Amino acid sequence: MDYTIKIGGEAGQGIQTIGDTISKVFSRMGYHVFTHQDYESRVRGGHNFYQVRLSETMVTSSRTQVDILVALDKESIKRHERELGPEGIIVYDASSLKERHDKPHFLDVPFNELSLKAGGSPIMANMVAIGAILGMIGINGDVLHSIIKETMGNKGEAILKQNIDAFIAGRDYAKANCLRCSFFSAPSSKPKMLIDVNEAIGLGAIASGCKFYTAYPMTPSTGILNFFSSKAEEYGIVVEQAEDEISAINMALGASYAGVRSMTGTSGGGFCLMVEGISLAGMTEIPIVVALAQRPAPATGLPTRTEQADLFLALHAGHGEFPRVIFAPGDPEQAFYLTNKAFDLSNKYQIPVFILTDQYLSDSRWTYLGFDLDALTYRAYRLKGDERVPETYKRFAYTEDGVSPLAIPGKGKYIVVVDSDEHDEEGHIIEDGETRRLMVEKRLFKKLPFIKKEMESPRLYGSERPDIVVIGWGSTYGIIKEAVDELAKRHSIAMLHFSEVYPFPYYTEGFMEALKRAKLTICVEQNGTNQFARLLKAETGFDIPVKINRYDGRPFLLEELIEVLNGHIGRL
Amino acid sequence: MVTLEDYKGQTPAWCPGCGNHSILKVFKEALVELAIEPGTFVIVSGIGQAGKFPHYLRCNAFNGLHGRTLPVATGIKLSSHDMLVIAVAGDGDCYGEGGNHLIHAIRRNIGVKLFVHDNQIYGLTKGQASPTSIEGMKTKTQPFGVLSEPLNPLSLAVALDCSFVARAYAGDQEHLKFIIKEAIRHRGFSLVDILQPCVTFNKVNTYGWYQKRVYHIEEGYNERDRFVAFEKSLEWGEKIPLGIIYRNERPTFEERMPVIKDRPLIEQEFDFEEVKKRIDSTLGEFY
Repeated sequence: MDYTIKIGGEAGQGIQTIGDTISKVFSRMGYHVFTHQDYESRVRGGHNFYQVRLSETMVTSSRTQVDILVALDKESIKRHERELGPEGIIVYDASSLKERHDKPHFLDVPFNELSLKAGGSPIMANMVAIGAILGMIGINGDVLHSIIKETMGNKGEAILKQNIDAFIAGRDYAKANCLRCSFFSAPSSKPKMLIDVNEAIGLGAIASGCKFYTAYPMTPSTGILNFFSSKAEEYGIVVEQAEDEISAINMALGASYAGVRSMTGTSGGGFCLMVEGISLAGMTEIPIVVALAQRPAPATGLPTRTEQADLFLALHAGHGEFPRVIFAPGDPEQAFYLTNKAFDLSNKYQIPVFILTDQYLSDSRWTYLGFDLDALTYRAYRLKGDERVPETYKRFAYTEDGVSPLAIPGKGKYIVVVDSDEHDEEGHIIEDGETRRLMVEKRLFKKLPFIKKEMESPRLYGSERPDIVVIGWGSTYGIIKEAVDELAKRHSIAMLHFSEVYPFPYYTEGFMEALKRAKLTICVEQNGTNQFARLLKAETGFDIPVKINRYDGRPFLLEELIEVLNGHIGRL
Repeated sequence: MVTLEDYKGQTPAWCPGCGNHSILKVFKEALVELAIEPGTFVIVSGIGQAGKFPHYLRCNAFNGLHGRTLPVATGIKLSSHDMLVIAVAGDGDCYGEGGNHLIHAIRRNIGVKLFVHDNQIYGLTKGQASPTSIEGMKTKTQPFGVLSEPLNPLSLAVALDCSFVARAYAGDQEHLKFIIKEAIRHRGFSLVDILQPCVTFNKVNTYGWYQKRVYHIEEGYNERDRFVAFEKSLEWGEKIPLGIIYRNERPTFEERMPVIKDRPLIEQEFDFEEVKKRIDSTLGEFY
């Protein structure tokens, strides 16, 4: 079982409700799901779609071929009919689209009429559509009752019943009328967790002791702000929507100085506004975690689309020289653990740590059996109170590893002085060259080797001695992994995926050998200028000869990537 | 007992005769009179001559970026709201570079006490106009004189229902001390605009210029009437009022933030094992 369901229509038609609900039904039934969304920067109208891939085994990418296309408007048929597989069906409501299709791969389900008959309003037509999808695959959808109950809250029994009736009407209608439907459903199993990367980052942060999140809304990072807000009361987190991103990072730094683990998140444009604050974190050595959800730029770019073009921005953000860490998780699971690591490292070394994601990751949902909470770490690094801090405490005391003990202000006779100016050990402004030299060495050169040692090697997946290595970082993890799975049937091939991007991991541990030994190395990036390939070359001297780039704002799809990779392999 | 000696800080790098010296002196005296221990509070500052202020007295200090004093102070206050958080800024710092933050800090009524050293000129960058420079003032970078209307911070604050709005003058030390103490005692956000002569670059707004114009707001003035306050805030020119222009007791931001109602954020210990258990049940929501 490996089906792709695509729901297309205008913004505001309820595409997301349908997509979210069927994904939840599938994952609760124990199937694996991968979803991705394609939408315009508008609230109503335009053309959007939501794609759900469903399988009994782990799926980590979207496919080009569609099995069920739910067309909520004419445009969806026009655009996506050609994506239909040989067994594919387009399900639509002829009366509301005001057009009838007689070709055998069309199934007319009167969404509106059935929903009215079930006693519901036209809004519930979406429940009929959900029913139709499940009916076509032959899924009874008993779990839907509880899912509707959870999402509807206490809107009352009557409304709940209308929804269920609408769903049943759609399901039974599709079962009875889709004579051409040849889909089958694998036996269900243990419920799976369905999660996106923004939720995983939020959870990872909360589990790491983050108590302060401030941000200015910006697609595609807003999901993190939403998640923190939804958990603020339960976990006792101060969440504040700042007046701008400059304020957001400075507030977060204020909180961190005061002794609270804090975080902010944004997208490229907002990150640009934060950049001076990041430099401030560098100079004052205040721990901070920043999520940077990339989208196509320059400037406003394509606000709701995807790109991986801010690696160099994160790498060089902030004037001057100071250490930083950059993580680029490939999926929600990695995001969860890397966020935990981000908090640990930022507090251990008193540095900014960036978590790079993008729109594709932010708007994709993945399924897992669960996350392992025992793999999380928490170490308290702060000094608090009189007994541990002498009155002569120096915030920037010189130490062997460059890390000066960080005390919480206001809790004793000692004082904590930090300054954006170059400063002495106590934190006061200096002008002399010798102190400057010592401070640069303390916060940069002494810390760097220790930080570098913390970086994990990239993941080599596939053949152990591959002829072909496909290199990626961040959000291309799932797609490259599946492409490699497919190509491994005929080739000796592996993926080399980097999620801990900077400082570049020490390369004595094997992955460089794999690159040097391979007959063909290919770097896949969702940008135009091979930013990661260039970083790899700068750090290791290794020049990846073949690059695959995509910069139209759309993610790679499985069949497309396999075809492009095959093209290069064919020239071997 | 706290004494002035406890507050001894670095040696100021301000020009001789600068209004900042008297602000610093009076500030220390006010802290001593309020019996505030040096380790118990924090001063946040930005960049400019005023930005150096926290180095010159012994205190917890966050000397951050130009214009960003209030966001940092807000972050600190939300984390540790039982701690006194003072913000010190200049007119360029707070009314220019950081203007947006001022508006929103007032809206929040975050319990930060803001003191703006307002010398109506840029000192650190050597004599350019500031947002409060008077119209027509010629400088090296305003060759035709200042063409914009000066910002009136007090009217702005009253318009936003700022919960404490006052003006003081560096040359009137006893009154300045009184205002500093009142601002610190106030629960919500306090804005104190301190007229501070810049002896090096501002040749218009000199001690003599201020001396001729300032007066203490008359007895019987109703500082709780917003309309009266707005009118008072507009007074400028021949007569410049000193004193508390406006105040109200609207709830502070930290009082309205439910998660810190019982205890400051920093006092809410993080129990890793306990949180992991709760995360485990939160993960249940995703199934």
